[in-house]
Amino acid sequence: MARQPAGGPATLPQAPARPLVIQLEEVTKTYGSGEAAVHALRGVSLEVAARDYVAIMGASGSGKSTLMNIIGCLDVPTTGRFFIDGIDSGALDESQLAVVRNRKIGFVFQSFNLIPRMSALANVALPLAYAGVGQAERRRRAEAALALVGMESRMGHKPSELSGGQQQRAAVARALVTAPSLILADEPTGNLDTRSSHDVMDVFDRLNAAGRTIVVITHEGDVAAHAKRAIRVSDGQIVDDRRMADPDGYPPLWRQGEPA
Amino acid sequence: MSPWEVLSFAAAGLAANKVRSALTTLGILIGVGSVILLVAVGNGSSQAVQASLQGLGTNTLTVLHTGAGGFGPAASRSSNQAPKDLTLADAKALLAGSGVKSVSPVVSTSETLTYQGASHTVSSFTGTYPSYFEASNSPIRKGTYFTNSDVLNARKIMVIGATTATDLFGSASPIGQKVYVGGVPFTVTGVLKKKGSSGLQNADDTAIAPLSAIEESLTGYGTLNNIVVQAASPAVVNTVQSEITSILNKRHGVTSANADFQVLNQATLLSATSSTSHTFTVLLGAVAAISLLVGGIGITNIMLVTVTERTREIGIRKAIGAPRGAILGQFLAEATLLSVIGGALGVLAGLIGSRFTIVGVKPVVVPSSILLAFAVSVAIGLFFGGFPASRAAGMRPVEALRYE
Repeated sequence: MARQPAGGPATLPQAPARPLVIQLEEVTKTYGSGEAAVHALRGVSLEVAARDYVAIMGASGSGKSTLMNIIGCLDVPTTGRFFIDGIDSGALDESQLAVVRNRKIGFVFQSFNLIPRMSALANVALPLAYAGVGQAERRRRAEAALALVGMESRMGHKPSELSGGQQQRAAVARALVTAPSLILADEPTGNLDTRSSHDVMDVFDRLNAAGRTIVVITHEGDVAAHAKRAIRVSDGQIVDDRRMADPDGYPPLWRQGEPA
Repeated sequence: MSPWEVLSFAAAGLAANKVRSALTTLGILIGVGSVILLVAVGNGSSQAVQASLQGLGTNTLTVLHTGAGGFGPAASRSSNQAPKDLTLADAKALLAGSGVKSVSPVVSTSETLTYQGASHTVSSFTGTYPSYFEASNSPIRKGTYFTNSDVLNARKIMVIGATTATDLFGSASPIGQKVYVGGVPFTVTGVLKKKGSSGLQNADDTAIAPLSAIEESLTGYGTLNNIVVQAASPAVVNTVQSEITSILNKRHGVTSANADFQVLNQATLLSATSSTSHTFTVLLGAVAAISLLVGGIGITNIMLVTVTERTREIGIRKAIGAPRGAILGQFLAEATLLSVIGGALGVLAGLIGSRFTIVGVKPVVVPSSILLAFAVSVAIGLFFGGFPASRAAGMRPVEALRYE
């Protein structure tokens, strides 16, 4: 059931000082109007604190993609309010939303969505270019991010020269290069084989262990098993919200020192 | 992002579709190139016409006898005023004009010249004064002019044109040779510089002799064909024209309405011709400008295709935080780069093309046409690229990302 935004019976043992990265208040989203209206979200309230690792699960058509678009500031709620890092997304215009997407959110998509003509390094450096970071600094940070996902040896390769797992790791590097408040992954293993999926999820575990807030949208149980908290969405509403590990602790499947 | 980076992004975008970019560039290239080339052709032909008119002599006025008495009906003249011919006395009277530098009375007849069995018919065998050479812009290439004393003594000597010289003498030197004209021997003293033909008449097919010599042996004394008057400077040509008119009106007892002569002004002819050729140049330029416009529409078309093709890329860029301006700038830069490259190559093509003679016209490049064509091509890139670019920038990221 949807939890109340402020206060409420805390199923989460969180310290009051811990900032909320995501806060949804009775968010609805309706496409179309009149009889043809589709209610993708029917009043979702959700809070995600910093350092948490949340899996949002649901069948196709459950509204989880709409939820992801709203959390990712790609779309705005029809009613209700959405705060990212305490900023009300409804109060922002298109250019401010672009800045929020750039600074606060790192996207990882199912189909990788790297730009085909550009090398892995250039792809990773792109968000920094839009953030106005200087060229030398950009290169340094992009290289560091690629090293973090184990891609240091393939930085000059174009996406077409990389395997699916490598492309997705480059996409993860692009998501974290701006040091965002939230890494938002939409079915990150949907197009990957078991082994590559494992690699990518290990990278997420490691990033969360290092203090990153992560939200993964998935329909696979073994992907959700990596998270500290699993939320199930059905028919536009949250139907289940399960805590699986301490939000301040390490991710459940992460083993310290394990090579990614 | 620095402007340099925007440019290198744009260049990479264009390089991704080399054939398409090259063909779009070609559209602009042809547009800009043809503007420069066609304006150069128009300009070249106008300069050629002006040069040939100037070859007839500048600052000169030609007085012609018009037997019918102007353009008015003959009935409008009173019966006691028969049209009077131009005479040597008329010519001498014209010297009284204040801005007049020289007056050359001219008689002209078509005669057959023979030299050692070879014969040649000149279209104008002209008898005149030495001042005629300067007034008609006929410098000598070889030998000497005749002088005023030759005119006084009616010496049978002559100066011939380049065509006449080759027809009669071939490669041999004509100087000092005797040529028979209607049985009268004339000694050749000089050959004129080649002028080139102007219009229907070959200016080089001529022979010029002292007025008195021709009158004495061929035409008889009396009537002149025309009088060539040279004004002191271009500024006074019009003044001189009205002076001539009033002097002759008085002498012939006529008014401007029923004048029996006509004064041709070289400058008037020149300006009429140059305004015609200006219209010609403008027309050519307009045709070329249309092809430049078509090239611009080609840019819009190809950029629209590019934007549609890259919808997903635009979605990705927006998702990772590209502001509207960055997307707009990227596609505008691509369109402008296309048009700038096309424009630059077009300038090059125009300049190379104008080195060749085109349908008998030597093109003369107008520097301002280069600047204008290039600037317009850049503006076309910005203008015609603007619509596709703003379409790209206005896309909603969710929909753009969903695009397959």
